[in-house]
Amino acid sequence: MINPDSVGRTFAGADSVSVSQSDIDTFCSVISETNTTVAPPTFSIRISLSQYESILTQPEIGVDWTRLVHGDQKFEIFRPIVAGDVFKCSATIETLRVAAGNEIVSVRSDLHNGSELVVSSWSTLVVRA
Amino acid sequence: MIEVGTVLDEHIFYLDRAMLRAYADASGDHNPIHHDEEFAISVGLPNVIAHGMLTMALVGKYVTDWAGGPATVKEYSARFVKPVIVPADQKVDLTVSAIVSEIDGDHISLTLSATSAGVKVLGMARAVVIK
Repeated sequence: MINPDSVGRTFAGADSVSVSQSDIDTFCSVISETNTTVAPPTFSIRISLSQYESILTQPEIGVDWTRLVHGDQKFEIFRPIVAGDVFKCSATIETLRVAAGNEIVSVRSDLHNGSELVVSSWSTLVVRA
Repeated sequence: MIEVGTVLDEHIFYLDRAMLRAYADASGDHNPIHHDEEFAISVGLPNVIAHGMLTMALVGKYVTDWAGGPATVKEYSARFVKPVIVPADQKVDLTVSAIVSEIDGDHISLTLSATSAGVKVLGMARAVVIK
């Protein structure tokens, strides 16, 4: 069970995440994007999901990552991500509810390069019963 | 002339297991439901399924191709209503279309439709671009 006391709390990601041109090129090649000057709009999920995994699976929160399904996703992009960005990623647990035994957690991720907010995203993650 | 109600040309992407492996590497999401058929079936799925975020990345490519490149997107959201099922040695379709749903200054909202094998895979899919 997810700890209900975690709702409303913001957790800072442990590490800074650097974006390289190679990271962008690799992502672009999968979707046949030839303009690699900026990252594609969904690129930031690569950073957010790994940060969610390390934050949400901590024992004090208790998400079972092996039973996780992605329910929905939203991005708000203040400027495109470029090579050389170094992000601090936070995760805020906004809501938690249980439906048919599944735990449904909605998490917000803010990616800051220094003091600049570059991308906010919202993910609904379903931990299946 | 772009106006509310303008319908964008449909585009069909094709997904296969190689693309899923490439996306797993590019995204860092190595969940076995995206490459291991036996595992996928053991957890109640019909077969290997594509990452929802790969579907969203491809639909995003459709949006940015129309809008004029990957820097044009301000907002993008979708619900993963059904998986894209990717059997071995097959290419499956992801058929994407869109309609202009709102224009506010230089911001254009698109309502997006995405199906695979005739089944709707994204719900409430919407993007806001500057074009």
